[in-house]
Amino acid sequence: LPAAVLLKDMKLMDVKLGQLPSWLAMRDFTPGGIAGAFRRGYDRYYNKYIDVRKGGLGGLSMVLAGYVVLSYIWSYSHI
Amino acid sequence: VLHATRQLHTTQQSLAPLPPLPEKGGEVRHGLIPEEFFQFLYPKTGVTGPYMLGTGLVLYLLSKEIYVVNHETVAAACILSVIIYAVKRFGADVAAFADKLNEEKIAQALAVKNEAINSLQTAIDEEKKEQWRVEGRTYLFDAKRNNVAMLLEANYRERLMMVYHEVKKRLDYQVAMQTLKRQKEQDHMIQWVEKNVVQSITPQQQKESIAKCILDLKALSKGAHAAV
Repeated sequence: LPAAVLLKDMKLMDVKLGQLPSWLAMRDFTPGGIAGAFRRGYDRYYNKYIDVRKGGLGGLSMVLAGYVVLSYIWSYSHI
Repeated sequence: VLHATRQLHTTQQSLAPLPPLPEKGGEVRHGLIPEEFFQFLYPKTGVTGPYMLGTGLVLYLLSKEIYVVNHETVAAACILSVIIYAVKRFGADVAAFADKLNEEKIAQALAVKNEAINSLQTAIDEEKKEQWRVEGRTYLFDAKRNNVAMLLEANYRERLMMVYHEVKKRLDYQVAMQTLKRQKEQDHMIQWVEKNVVQSITPQQQKESIAKCILDLKALSKGAHAAV
């Protein structure tokens, strides 16, 4: 069954494993595109975990945990 | 020049009214892992799948020395235990306080909105009343027209009276002139007749008339004596 949607517009979760290289090649890698991708990711996280009526601790703690992990990875060679 | 190929306003989307904020954020388990991860692994591994994955991952990191146990591990353990104790003990209170702040902000905004709506409503009512008042303006103009007509009438009648008086004055003057003239003629004639009569009375006639009068008086007095 051929995909009804263009490969370019499909979300990552719907892309089959064999189509992954071609999907990656079609993404927008210009500086504007990369900035747009960062903006979209930030907006998704913000709207889901922070911009709510009763936010919890998870929204902030996930960011801090990610920072901890990243800094550990960066300083691993110094240990 | 309008470019016909570009689409304008194809959807109903508009900036207002904004959709309300969602009540709760995305679920996060243990404060670190989103719920979607557990749901993602549930069909294949059931409920304990992610925990087994977590345990296996931790053991792998420790055994392969990808995560090195040194003094920082002890510091991290102490800090984490303090943080978790603080969150478990004061979490609810802080959440209630933050909710109260939010409630106040929302209530203030709502109050502003309601006040704006009320003021606009009163403005609408005032406007309607003004429109109703305008309808009565025809009566006002009728009354004014009546006033003006009455003024004109009164003025006209005043002038009629004045004309009448003036004419009467002139006619009275003429009448007075005529009566005066006639009176003067009469007086003059009487005077002239008297003067002529007095002139015609000669002294002889005067003596005779006086003697006759004395005789008459004597006769009369005799008669009066007799009566008394």
